[in-house]
Amino acid sequence: VTQAIFRDTEADRTYKARWWTSRAVIYAILILWTIVCIFPIYWTATTSFKMLQDVQLGRMIPFVDFQPSWVGWESLGLSPDTIGQVSTPRNEFVSRISNSAIVSFSASALAVFLGSITGYGLSRFGYRFGPMKNADISFFFLSQLILPPVVLALPFLVLYKELGLLDTHVGLVVLYALSVLPIVIWIMRDQFMTIPTELEEAALVDGQGVWGAFARIIVPIALPGMVAAFVLSLVLTWNEYFLASLLTSTDAKTLPVMVASQTGSQGVNWWSMAAISFAMVLPLVIVGVLLERFIIKGMSTGAVK
Amino acid sequence: VSNGDLIHIVAHEGVPASRQRAGRILIRGSFLLLVVVFLAQALEALGIWDLGFEDWQPTLIAYAMWAVALCAGQVLIRGEQGKRILFVLPSALFVVTFTIIPLVLGLAIAFSDWNLSSPTGPKFAGLGNIEKMLGDRFYWNALGNMVWYSLAILVEYAVAFGLAMLLSAQIRARRFFRVAFLIPLMLSPVAVSWMIGKSMLEFRFGPIPKLARALGWEDPAFFASPEIAKLTMMILDAWIFIPFMMLMLLAGLQAIPRDVSEAARVDGASAWQAFRKVIFPLMIPASLTAILVRLIFKLKLADIVITVTTGGPGGATDTVTSFIYREYRDRSNVGYGTLLAMFYLVIIVVSMTGLLRGLSRWMRPYS
Repeated sequence: VTQAIFRDTEADRTYKARWWTSRAVIYAILILWTIVCIFPIYWTATTSFKMLQDVQLGRMIPFVDFQPSWVGWESLGLSPDTIGQVSTPRNEFVSRISNSAIVSFSASALAVFLGSITGYGLSRFGYRFGPMKNADISFFFLSQLILPPVVLALPFLVLYKELGLLDTHVGLVVLYALSVLPIVIWIMRDQFMTIPTELEEAALVDGQGVWGAFARIIVPIALPGMVAAFVLSLVLTWNEYFLASLLTSTDAKTLPVMVASQTGSQGVNWWSMAAISFAMVLPLVIVGVLLERFIIKGMSTGAVK
Repeated sequence: VSNGDLIHIVAHEGVPASRQRAGRILIRGSFLLLVVVFLAQALEALGIWDLGFEDWQPTLIAYAMWAVALCAGQVLIRGEQGKRILFVLPSALFVVTFTIIPLVLGLAIAFSDWNLSSPTGPKFAGLGNIEKMLGDRFYWNALGNMVWYSLAILVEYAVAFGLAMLLSAQIRARRFFRVAFLIPLMLSPVAVSWMIGKSMLEFRFGPIPKLARALGWEDPAFFASPEIAKLTMMILDAWIFIPFMMLMLLAGLQAIPRDVSEAARVDGASAWQAFRKVIFPLMIPASLTAILVRLIFKLKLADIVITVTTGGPGGATDTVTSFIYREYRDRSNVGYGTLLAMFYLVIIVVSMTGLLRGLSRWMRPYS
């Protein structure tokens, strides 16, 4: 029989116990909050496979509680046996989702292009416009962030009506690019400031122009920041509802507008709302899981100086 | 707003006079074209000259051409310096065109009585809209609600800070938890309105009322009484945006050098003392940035209110944006709606300026 030479003292044992309880509490909170974050998606995904009585009886676990059926996806024309047939709801859905995709991708690309060159210029060259210097110009761009969309919405409605831009992709792209531009400039300016100026100075000495040095040397280094800005813009514009609901009606209607109009009407079934909501959030959930690194990078801007 | 290292370029800046002249001609020519197109369209709008255009798009195109010519002209006239101006000028033109012009237009609309669906067009209303606003109980109620919604940020901040602390603690599967906690921010507020507001909170068979009944709340009506409805909307909005503050705070926490908290531990500080006296003070700038950016987003709150409660019951959950939205949707009166929005903007600018002044000392504690 061996005997322990080193024994835990009373103090050691309470310390260990406290360490274990603190671990348990930390993980309990983490898991609880994970459930809070994930459960609505689980609920929506399963509800899209529920029959009416499964919904009413509050059954939750597929195959255990209830037998999943394609009822929600059938009503959208996206279930296995309806996918080959002609379906009006599916055509509607596809047209809305492609509108959303076109508008959000174009607006994000425009904003990232404009924001990148502006952020670069402001981080590298001294400007003077009347009494405004670099800091004031930066502040001018950033201050656009506090402009609530409601202030621009009605003037834009009038303006677009006169310009024939109501219910067009171009109209929405302009407004969306405008609304995310301050954030993009903020992110990109920060990004460029972390890149040492010696890099382009070397290129300039070698005889490249400022734009050549920017495109060949700086853009590749700043690419993660540009992806971060792009993804963040994409999230904001894909989900935008307020402006789209005022400025689009039939042709350029985006997915949020379609979902919102169906939420209000009583005739639409639970399972089909669940299917459509799930189909709407799924692309961004995938983006979130795959590109989490970039989203966090984008949102960390300004928190660390 | 700080400046990084600027590049100082010493270059031969001589630009041939012929190129400078070409640049000036380009800018002036395109401006002349813009003026001509605009005047022609103005004559058409007045009914003097029929050109057969349906809308003002030709003027818009001429404006865009002028903007491009202005950018190109800078390079022709100023050479190297023009190329540097070209980095900032497009965005500046873009923002000025699409914010300043609509704002000026909005100022004009705000003092008119204009029903967009009626054929008569705008009528000058003078101070009529202001008078109407002063007596509009529901608008002031919505403004009051915004104060409550904004105060809720403090609770969101506390929760977000706690979660950020947990995520920066030594835990396993950190990436998994980070992704999971990020998810609500990715979801469209409109989809969330249905997923949680309409479905999970459904009175009869939603999972949350069921849980509430199991916990002893007999009548779990989340949208019936004004107080509870407002609280529900606050929680729903918090659910979407807590990840945002959490990630900003997490970045701040990770930027704190490890030796600082280690030094506190070596000096015998308890966990609470280390937090109170070391971590929290170091986090003040990051916290204020997070709260300010969150406040900016909060002041735009509308989507979930429009789609879940439409402001009810009795305006208890109304925000300024959702109120103006309904005001426009129900009466299609752009004039009054714009005035309400403009007044809101004035309040925001004044209070944000005040806030920034007051906080500027705390934002930069090291300088």
